[in-house]
Amino acid sequence: MSGLKEFFTSITKGAPEQQPPRVCKNCGAEIAYPDYVANHCICPECGTYFRMRAVERLEATVDEGSFQEIDRKLKSKDPIKFPDYAQKLDKAEKASGLNEGVVCGTAKIDGIDTALFIMDSAFMMGSMGTVVGEKITRLFEKATAQNLPVVGFITSGGARMQEGIFSLMQMAKVSGAVKRHSEAGLLYIAVLTDPTTGGITASFAMQGDIIIAEPKALIGFAGQRVIEQTTGEKLPAGFQRAEFQLEHGFVDIIEERPRMTYTIAKLLAIHTSNVQ
Amino acid sequence: MAKADSITAYERVQAARNGKRPMGSYYIEHMIDDFVELHGDRRFGDDAAIVAGIGYLNRIPVTVIAMERGETIEERMKRNFGCPEPEGYRKALRLMKEAEKFHRPVICFIGSSGAYCGIDAEERGQGLAIAENLYEMMGLKTPIISVVVGEGGSGGALALGVCDTAVMLENAVYSVISPEGCASILWKDATKAPDAAAHLKLTSYDLLKFEVVEKVIQEDGKTEREICSALKKYILDEILRLRVLPTEELLDGRYEKFRKIGAFR
Ligand SMILES: [Zn+2]
Repeated sequence: MSGLKEFFTSITKGAPEQQPPRVCKNCGAEIAYPDYVANHCICPECGTYFRMRAVERLEATVDEGSFQEIDRKLKSKDPIKFPDYAQKLDKAEKASGLNEGVVCGTAKIDGIDTALFIMDSAFMMGSMGTVVGEKITRLFEKATAQNLPVVGFITSGGARMQEGIFSLMQMAKVSGAVKRHSEAGLLYIAVLTDPTTGGITASFAMQGDIIIAEPKALIGFAGQRVIEQTTGEKLPAGFQRAEFQLEHGFVDIIEERPRMTYTIAKLLAIHTSNVQ
Repeated sequence: MAKADSITAYERVQAARNGKRPMGSYYIEHMIDDFVELHGDRRFGDDAAIVAGIGYLNRIPVTVIAMERGETIEERMKRNFGCPEPEGYRKALRLMKEAEKFHRPVICFIGSSGAYCGIDAEERGQGLAIAENLYEMMGLKTPIISVVVGEGGSGGALALGVCDTAVMLENAVYSVISPEGCASILWKDATKAPDAAAHLKLTSYDLLKFEVVEKVIQEDGKTEREICSALKKYILDEILRLRVLPTEELLDGRYEKFRKIGAFR
């Protein structure tokens, strides 16, 4: 838990062991933090998946000590001077311990060199403003230059409206970088976690060579309330969940969290074997 | 020229949404000779919210893809009030690929409150359809010119908006979210839409200043025909400029146009 230790000491001065227990929203179970991490941030009582923090995902995914973060310090300049946005950014920073909604870098996964981005919903629901767009674009550009596959863990409420048109245009910007990475013959695995919605679904979440979803994750373009209001129809059970997306042909695999790293490592290995 | 700030942002939004405002079909009719409409995505169906086909701009063969909401109420129902289903975006992409094959420039007309929000649209992959357009348009080896003629609503507009040159009519708007949506999320009050419109910076002059669009076509004090002919002249000049560029230069320019958009430190 060295990465967690570093993260938590940097934001709260407490070790992971001193983190407060996590409480399950579904069954109310109280889980000591080390047990919570050991159980892949899943409730041991009822099996509910908690939303993972980027640092927890990192710990669960990469080879110990192999992660090198890039662009950690990048921050938004509040491009349209939207009311209260600067204060919201400050608050999000303090609450999440991050400068923005995505963590990017390079690491080894089961010994294979990989570029990695992990979105974190604790920072303004992982919404995409120009920093999130820029960091992911730079990551794909770096991966293209260094011949690396990209693994992206996605969770986002969509575009960040406080950055207006700048935010919308990030969808095109990132798509361009994904396209160039793909044209270089490189692999991009998108892992969709709860929730993946709006402009993120309408861009890089759906552009992976392989798309993996976590069980029951909400994945969709339009918001459920918007659909109900627009059509007056009642939404069917399981609508826009990972299983719905698998059934309709939009994701390749639904993978349980405890097996996620194993599956990603296997996919990376298949793509890096060059035996003729 | 009218002062850019003499009209409020929300008045522009209302002008962009005006039911009498010319939409895609008008520009096709008045700008394109020998237009032949082509239908269907060859996957599932034909979406009437997007009118697409081929014809001439002056003497140059072009592919045109236009959002269209229709005029009569029957036509508006048929066209889903201009909100495309995934099939609409897939038809657009199919015809863009065809344009690439025959080296025809592509002209897109954008004017819609957004991609259709419905159960069926989700079942058929609305998110994927838009994502594929963004991805493929970034690499399409023929010039693309996008014109926002009405309301440019979010990802559903951007799905025809990846281009080499972006143009806006003066009273068109282009935004990440509708002012009503923004106001109801932020302030739980959709009646504050005029405030949201002002804060979102969604007018043609805002977007010109941000270098998200390259050109604003003046509307105030002009007739529809004058606007149309000024627009046609600009599109023609851009096509003549873009079509002689080597493909690599064209695509690098397109990548850079979007790559540079950001504000961070
Ligand atoms: Zn539980």
